[in-house]
Amino acid sequence: MSLQPLRVAALQGDEAVAEAVRQSGVDVVAAYPITPQTIIVEKLAEYAAKGNLGGEFVSVESEHSALSACVGASLTGARVFTATSSQGLAYMHEMLYNVSGMRLPVVMAVANRALSAPLVLNADHSDMMGSRDSGWIQVYAENVEEMYDRTIQLFKLCEDPRVLLPAALNFEGFILSHDKERVRLLDDEPVRRFLERPRPRHRLDPADPFTFGAMATPETYYEFRMQQSEAMETALHVFDEVERGFEGISGRRYGAVDAYNTDDADVVMVINGSAAGTMRAAARGLNAAGENVGVLSIKLFRPFPLEQVVSHLSRARAVVAMDRSMSPGAPSGPVSEDVKAALQATKPVMSVVYGIGGRDLSTEDGKKIFGMAKEGSLSGSRSVMYGVKV
Amino acid sequence: MSWKELEAGAVVKGGTSSSYVVSGWRVKRPVIDEAKCTNCLICWIYCPEPAIVRHQEGKVTIDYDHCKGCGICETECPPKAISMVREP
Amino acid sequence: MMTEVRLHGRGGQGVVSAAQLLADAAVLEGKYVQAFPEFGAERAGAPITAYARLSDQPIEIHSSITDPDVVMVVDRSMAYFRGTAQGLAGDGCFVCNFDGPPEELRSKLGLGPSVEVIALDATGIALKSLGKDYPNTPMLGALLKATGIVGFHSVEEALGQRFRGIVLSGNEEAFRLGYRGGSS
Repeated sequence: MSLQPLRVAALQGDEAVAEAVRQSGVDVVAAYPITPQTIIVEKLAEYAAKGNLGGEFVSVESEHSALSACVGASLTGARVFTATSSQGLAYMHEMLYNVSGMRLPVVMAVANRALSAPLVLNADHSDMMGSRDSGWIQVYAENVEEMYDRTIQLFKLCEDPRVLLPAALNFEGFILSHDKERVRLLDDEPVRRFLERPRPRHRLDPADPFTFGAMATPETYYEFRMQQSEAMETALHVFDEVERGFEGISGRRYGAVDAYNTDDADVVMVINGSAAGTMRAAARGLNAAGENVGVLSIKLFRPFPLEQVVSHLSRARAVVAMDRSMSPGAPSGPVSEDVKAALQATKPVMSVVYGIGGRDLSTEDGKKIFGMAKEGSLSGSRSVMYGVKV
Repeated sequence: MSWKELEAGAVVKGGTSSSYVVSGWRVKRPVIDEAKCTNCLICWIYCPEPAIVRHQEGKVTIDYDHCKGCGICETECPPKAISMVREP
Repeated sequence: MMTEVRLHGRGGQGVVSAAQLLADAAVLEGKYVQAFPEFGAERAGAPITAYARLSDQPIEIHSSITDPDVVMVVDRSMAYFRGTAQGLAGDGCFVCNFDGPPEELRSKLGLGPSVEVIALDATGIALKSLGKDYPNTPMLGALLKATGIVGFHSVEEALGQRFRGIVLSGNEEAFRLGYRGGSS
């Protein structure tokens, strides 16, 4: 397929997601505004008011209601989107399981932010990590163009009849949600064709009533959960297909992981989100000065790309996993725990917590963390809290 | 049943309880005195089941397969046309 | 080649908008950009910091800017705040809303001899062209004149994308006056 000419625009992350949602031909958007994802909802409301959305914008009174409205809309076979952040996601928590349990392909943008108290506005991954096991596909974007691309890709992935799972597009609040970057926008038509879909499996129809998410007993509940688990495994392969298809209309492909100089490196940092680029910049700087370090960015966090992670880390001499969330009382954070599980003690995994509550991580910080790994001050099975004031 | 055989999302045909008898434990049953009934439909509104069946000509009867015998209709009926009678 | 700009001012003066206008203009020139605010409590009058990165290559890092090439102080009451010049490159550029001589700023703030210091009475220009104290666009004019990091016409085009009617014409005039009026 020949590539379409691209429109280059300067867009804030939130604006880029809203534009992708519009182009994806969404039928229903149900949302409650919360900082800092507000611009997404503002933009979509603006599109709806001007008649450019195509679908319907439903204002609701809370995030719990937002996702409940998404459930109803999705059951009719509609393409559905919502967006939230931190406390809003926490308030949705109960409904997250209903969406995944009913196997509804809802796409949600999450501007990742720390949780109160103390009252906080800034970014970390605590909100999504708190809902990590809710059965949602979870992708972490590194920049604004990727946020745009992933929004479109996730509709395709979720609606695939082999998958039928909801997905959360994660990006750090303010750091990406309010960052204006250069984005190469696609035309509406190729996006529409890319997202052409089979007829939805079920439609909520009064003339032909069904019960959705019917009561399960100890005889069946486990098996329904097994299906979700299997669908996640399948999603790992479908993700790859979707990326290849998207490459056909955009020329852009990211992978479930992004590996920079991971083969045979002395130290590899494993990280997710926007700080992956900062760590790559730090690694490039060190490598230019004669070191040999790498960065593995985990873009698809659920389903976890186990084999790819293992293969990229198999030759690294030392591995450090970096968590932008805290798991009080646990040996280390969720990214670290997954990396440790993946490597099955074939080599030690060091663990670092960083960037909590919006604490900045500079390339200099990145170099320091590489240095700490080399000198051995990160060893031990508990996370080292990098940058905490002592 | 294997997880491979279940309908994903626990989707089942709806409305199935209409074919079940779900009133087996009823102690008293409501009986309508047609002479007193004004067809005001207050019982139809209040019945939580709904076990009050509204017929086209306006007449109401009771669906004893679904009535649990709660007695709300007796309490609410303005002309006192419904009385709760002990099941045999 | 990447240029890092840090902007200081107060909520309501268009500090974030100025960073975004720089980014808009740079994208029109085919550059890669980042423009982002440092968020705290959002209220009029609170000190605000915004950042812009302009580069010929894609930008990977997502951290705040601690060692800027250019510092722009939009608020006149912050002219003597020493913190604004923190980390400024030795051969960097310091552009400030200030109606006195630039050398006064250099000595008060302890700016090095190779730092280019620009003072502009942006509040005066804004009051004249816009009738309100929105010193951001005249300051952008002075910044461009001193650094040339984006073209004059690119910013004019970016203003045209953002504003309409008398707000546009007022901002265009304020921008032009700022471009011409920077004394160094």
